[in-house]
Amino acid sequence: MSFVTKPRIIHKSLKRNALGLTVRDYEGVATTLCAGCGHDSITAAIVQAFWELDMPAQQVAKMSGIGCSSKTTGYFLSAAHGVNSVHGRMPSVTTGANAARRDLTYIGISGDGDSMSIGLGQFAHVIRRNLDMLYMVENNGVYGLTKGQFSAAADLGSQTKKGEANQQPPIDPVKTGLAMGASFVARAFSGDKEQLVPLIKAGLSHKGFAMLDVISPCVTFNDHETSTKSYAHTREYYHPAIHTDFIPPSEEIVAQYDDGEAMDVKLHDGSHVILRKVDKDYDPTDRGRAFNYLMDAQDRGEVVTGLLYIDQKQGDMHQRSGTASKPLGRMEHEELCPGSEVLKDLQKAYR
Amino acid sequence: MSQVNNFVIKLANVNGTGSASANGLVMKAIFRMGVPVVGKNIFPSNIQGLPTWFEIRVSREGYLARSGEVDVMVAMNGQTFDRDLKEVSPGGVLLYDSTWPRERNITRHDITVLGIPLARMCNETFENPRARILMKNMAYVGALAALLNLDMDVLRGLIEEQFASKKKLIGANIQAIELGYHYAVENFKCPLASNIEPMDKTAGHIMIDGNTAAALGCVYAGATVGAWYPITPSTSMMDAFRSFSEKTRIDKKSGEKNFCIIQAEDELSAIGMVIGANWAGARSFTPTSGPGVSLMSEFLGFAYYAEIPLVLFNIQRAGPSTGMPTRTQQSDLLLCAYASHGDTRHVLLIPDDPRECFDMAVQAFDLSDRLQTPIMVLSDLDIGMNDWMVPELEWDDNYRPDRGKVLTDEDLAKVEKFYRYVDSDGDGITYRTYPGGDPKGAYFVRGSSHNKLGAYTESSAEYKDVLDRLLVKWETAKKLVPGPVIRTAEMPSRTAIVTMGSGAAACREASHKLAAKGIHLDYMRVRAFPFGEEVEKFLEEHDHIIVVEQNRDAQLRTLLMTETRVPKDKLHSILHYDGQPLDYRSVVAGVEEFLSKGEVA
Repeated sequence: MSFVTKPRIIHKSLKRNALGLTVRDYEGVATTLCAGCGHDSITAAIVQAFWELDMPAQQVAKMSGIGCSSKTTGYFLSAAHGVNSVHGRMPSVTTGANAARRDLTYIGISGDGDSMSIGLGQFAHVIRRNLDMLYMVENNGVYGLTKGQFSAAADLGSQTKKGEANQQPPIDPVKTGLAMGASFVARAFSGDKEQLVPLIKAGLSHKGFAMLDVISPCVTFNDHETSTKSYAHTREYYHPAIHTDFIPPSEEIVAQYDDGEAMDVKLHDGSHVILRKVDKDYDPTDRGRAFNYLMDAQDRGEVVTGLLYIDQKQGDMHQRSGTASKPLGRMEHEELCPGSEVLKDLQKAYR
Repeated sequence: MSQVNNFVIKLANVNGTGSASANGLVMKAIFRMGVPVVGKNIFPSNIQGLPTWFEIRVSREGYLARSGEVDVMVAMNGQTFDRDLKEVSPGGVLLYDSTWPRERNITRHDITVLGIPLARMCNETFENPRARILMKNMAYVGALAALLNLDMDVLRGLIEEQFASKKKLIGANIQAIELGYHYAVENFKCPLASNIEPMDKTAGHIMIDGNTAAALGCVYAGATVGAWYPITPSTSMMDAFRSFSEKTRIDKKSGEKNFCIIQAEDELSAIGMVIGANWAGARSFTPTSGPGVSLMSEFLGFAYYAEIPLVLFNIQRAGPSTGMPTRTQQSDLLLCAYASHGDTRHVLLIPDDPRECFDMAVQAFDLSDRLQTPIMVLSDLDIGMNDWMVPELEWDDNYRPDRGKVLTDEDLAKVEKFYRYVDSDGDGITYRTYPGGDPKGAYFVRGSSHNKLGAYTESSAEYKDVLDRLLVKWETAKKLVPGPVIRTAEMPSRTAIVTMGSGAAACREASHKLAAKGIHLDYMRVRAFPFGEEVEKFLEEHDHIIVVEQNRDAQLRTLLMTETRVPKDKLHSILHYDGQPLDYRSVVAGVEEFLSKGEVA
């Protein structure tokens, strides 16, 4: 909301991470979103997550499409490269970037319009490739920049400010992600930073495609009494199925967990995700059951959150295709050009 | 007129019956006998059962265009028999399968008709039903060998190479060839007037199609990421890139691939991937055709404005809409020149044969990195999918890619601050950095209005500043792109032919034929857009300029009118847009018709 660039104040008391950086070093330019926008809370959680992970900025590439959500890649990690591409096409640009630089950490920020409407095709196919990235959907059910039309993620019967009811059933990012075979599916709420930060960290650490849907109320166009994506509605129907604790590779697991309730998932980079289940029967490694659980919850009007599904056995795009471990974008000409003798040899077949 | 080493064989077949490899065999045999030859495949958008033709032009002078004549017709398709018969030039020969006699259909007396009971002979000789169909092709190859005086040892050698991995098929194929050969020797007067005498004019040459050569160029330029969506007639380019990459880019020890090919879900995604990969510092490309470019247009404008290099190969086919996917045209010139909304313009390279496809593929990557903008290589189906005889491809091992203005971490250490779009050299080209480098070089790419510092802006002055600087870059591009090929006539001329791409072969031949009649024309082939000073000068120096191109709407003429100083009334058109590769006779006829109007002094 601030239109004046204020000097960055780094207070001496601010904690520093392993790189000697404060949380402020992970910020971007000032937000231009509406005051109270859920997206700004998510940005704050992203900043916190990168800081806690001791992530060097040059390790990160920030990717986005078009919309309020997609603007937010400017609001964190100024020191990282980023591409704000075209509407609904962030997945393809990220796929190409990842093809060239598999060594970088990709965070893609999208919205429900960018992902579930114009970008549904690319959303489905980036999942199919299990591209190694964290894909966040900042989900508010409306188009903000064009002033309040429903998106494809809007709930049936949810009403606009003027009282117009949505006639179409929603395309839910979480159920779509599960159905498309995503290897990491989670949902959170912008108003619950305590849950959101570990989910972002887990998603960034997951090897493969991590989908994180975040309910993020639009204060201007979709925060009224008849909206199902408002702060009030989300708080009332918010149902954390699983609490997630993220433990980086260097740290020991110190907390005590009750048997059967906690599940320790070791990620490929050595970090751990401890999943504390609210519902004892919930199994986040069983895609079918996760899907059924979500369907039932949806019938009850609940917004289920947490790390809902994880599968670490799928190889990512490069593992499947056998790409060189050295990033293709860093290869020298000598490693790529076969030279004149080989050219002569190859042409024998055309004589 | 039928002559030794100077005639056209046309083979009319049913597609999906294995005729393509038999026809290729005839062409290759002539090539190996040292006689210049070119093949044009006129095929349907279908897998099996529809008519398909293959035209082989034998030209001792080395002409590569179609002639418009048919001296020997091999009519193997009952569906098209009548029209194939009609197409034979007077004095020509028609060879057909007389298992089904067609006396009643044969209404011409100015040609020689030869019937061979191919199906009957093959049914009597071969057991397997599929073999009976395939071997019929080999049997007519054998008959042609006798009629055209093909070297049987050369044919045998080709069969052995073709079936090197399936050795047990060699015997049957040679048997079928001999079947046809002996029948022809025993029943016809061999050889025909149109026949082959060995020469030595193919040494140092190869027979290759443009898609294969362009793919090889991508490998040599160091392209690592190829993203694409299958579309005729571009598909064989990615097949070739994969095949060459697998031969040359897989680490023998680890089996790791120094390349990444992604079959995208559509062309929108393919071009997005190419943009992402180039932004991240790899050389990346996509092959496509007209409908694909339509879909890619939004992203092309993004790459133009955000200044991201990329290389796109447009293997043009006949439009509009789905059009004729398996026929050739040059009708995407204007689409590509200005693809995308807003003020956008793109650099185009226009090769005229497979060898230039190879060279221009490499050039395209260098120009794209240098100019930080999309480069589109405009090939077409004729170049891309037909085998052309070209001098062997050459490679200079001293070549190093021009990656353009990229700041490394060491460079960044020397500057106080980095701004992405500041033109410090005055050539309109600014410095970029790759992700993964020093955070000092970090910047935010956007397709929304930005100022020269790379920040979002809605200030009119700042917005215009960047847009105008892109025009400075456009002027730089004029100096960097390949200039035209110009040939001056033997006699001074104020009249000229201007053409591009695959039209060149027919225009060159037409110029020779016209010169023999005393009509001398200067010649210019444009090889790139934007047009540079050489093009301007050539246009200035001529009073009448006949633009020969393969589209209905005179797109090259339009582009010359819009983008050079040439007065509109100097430009005239010869337009060929029926989907068949351009033949030289159409050009000769077009020029003569123009001259007969008496407009030229």
